[in-house]
Amino acid sequence: MTRFRGFAQRWIVFVCVLVVWELATLAAQSKFFPPPTEIAPAILGIWFSGPASQLFLSDAVFIHVLPSLGRLLTGWLGAAVIGITAGLALGRSKHGLEYFGPVLAFLRSIPPVLLLPFFMVLLGIEAPQKIALIAFGTLWPILLNSADGARSVDQVKVDTAKSFGVPRRQWILMVVLPAALPKIFAGLRVSLSLALVLMVISELVGAVTGLGTQLTDFQRQYDYANMWALIILLGVLGYGLNSLLLLVERRVLSWQPTRNVQASTVKAGG
Amino acid sequence: MTAMLDVAELRHTYGSGPSAHTAVQNLTFTVGTGELACIVGPSGCGKTTLLRCIAGLIRPSAGTVSLHGDLIDRTPSDLAVVFQDYSRSLFPWLSVRGNVEFPLRSRNISKSERRRRSAEALESVGLSAAAAKYPWQLSGGMQQRVSIARALACQPSLLLMDEPFASVDAQTRFELEDLLLRVRREHESTVLLVTHDIDESVYLGDRVLVLSKSPASIVADLTVDLPANRDQITTRESKNFVALRGEVARLLHNTPAPETTVHRPTAAEEEAAAQRFLAAERSQRSEVTKS
Repeated sequence: MTRFRGFAQRWIVFVCVLVVWELATLAAQSKFFPPPTEIAPAILGIWFSGPASQLFLSDAVFIHVLPSLGRLLTGWLGAAVIGITAGLALGRSKHGLEYFGPVLAFLRSIPPVLLLPFFMVLLGIEAPQKIALIAFGTLWPILLNSADGARSVDQVKVDTAKSFGVPRRQWILMVVLPAALPKIFAGLRVSLSLALVLMVISELVGAVTGLGTQLTDFQRQYDYANMWALIILLGVLGYGLNSLLLLVERRVLSWQPTRNVQASTVKAGG
Repeated sequence: MTAMLDVAELRHTYGSGPSAHTAVQNLTFTVGTGELACIVGPSGCGKTTLLRCIAGLIRPSAGTVSLHGDLIDRTPSDLAVVFQDYSRSLFPWLSVRGNVEFPLRSRNISKSERRRRSAEALESVGLSAAAAKYPWQLSGGMQQRVSIARALACQPSLLLMDEPFASVDAQTRFELEDLLLRVRREHESTVLLVTHDIDESVYLGDRVLVLSKSPASIVADLTVDLPANRDQITTRESKNFVALRGEVARLLHNTPAPETTVHRPTAAEEEAAAQRFLAAERSQRSEVTKS
């Protein structure tokens, strides 16, 4: 019963928004705003009209969705590896942040989108350029959060580890990394939503495949139901990726005493 | 008795120039093998600095510390420290067993041997049942027992304890004191315990070293001639105990401290304070009966 109530509480507003959207678009009768009941069949038509041998997924999934997702994940995971490693090193070094702080602050303030033309000149319009743009844009939140987390290892733990004379490897893997993990995950989550934005933008210009390309194609063909279908798919992708990351985070950080309290607030926030 | 720990002419100064602060100076003492020595001193006198010098966490400005004859210049591997702040000293991401095995991981000890040693150490502090739990799931006293088990698992030549029972309630403190006495007897450990609690130093110690106000140096080195088997009630009632704690207290307070004058309330002030207290209590009681 309480489970059902929790479920209802989570989704009631969502359903109401859908209903209001439907009624408003029906009343407006604008061709730019097709009602959800028109968008839903468009979604089925674009992605779920394939043969059984492809699990009913249409070719569009293999041409556009999967390459997009692949580039997003490659860029983001690359940024995660570099960001966490460099962040932990910077955070634990005595003067690292003092030396690199201004440079990092500068690089972070460049809107990554502005570098799109530069990366196009440098890497062409194929996947490497898009992956580089995503990686560059998502690197900073991960790196700065990791550095911040690594710096926050409290002094008693530093003394404890030192007094037991633990070697460097154990110190980093068993003390610094776990202590920094909550902050690292915060950075990963911010950068994941950034990665989605950068993925679409990198495909809006000079691309042959990908969700961004498909979006501009539909827009140029005045096919608004399909365009809206794509926008919704992007929203669902973002939601799904974020939920997956939360799942991983909850597992990895299950040792945190306040974890259960935090998890429920996050859940409520979607 | 041979000396396990030998501290000679130790001095440590923080900073330099006119703002330099000397925390300890001219400290010389030894701790014999198998001995439990307590260092007691007023708060802020440099006890922690002394302990950090011995643990090799900071390098003293002058003087030497040697552990069974070897000079300490970095943290020696056969020394274990129990810190006051157990909740920050234990790693919340490791289970109780993981915490106890943490210092053993780097010591070329096989996994099964590690398991055996952690089980043994947890057994001796009475926490076998909690091995799979996380430290924060335990009470404060139990957490400090985990840090004691972690130190014991290292089988250290010297166990350093920095006000280990200062953050637990009085009941738990008594329990932990008795646990320490039992454990050191079973393991024949050499222990150096720093505390600001006079009673605790006399109750636990074979010897009590009394420190002066900052910069700390040793004022007295008292041998505690109480029976080896001690009891929280009868030992604390015994004439010897009372006499010793009186002596330690006098030594601590008689140390001249010209830079600070303590304001002692006069009889009239105390009377006034008592009246205020009674009035407050009366008004509170009448409020309770009203509601």
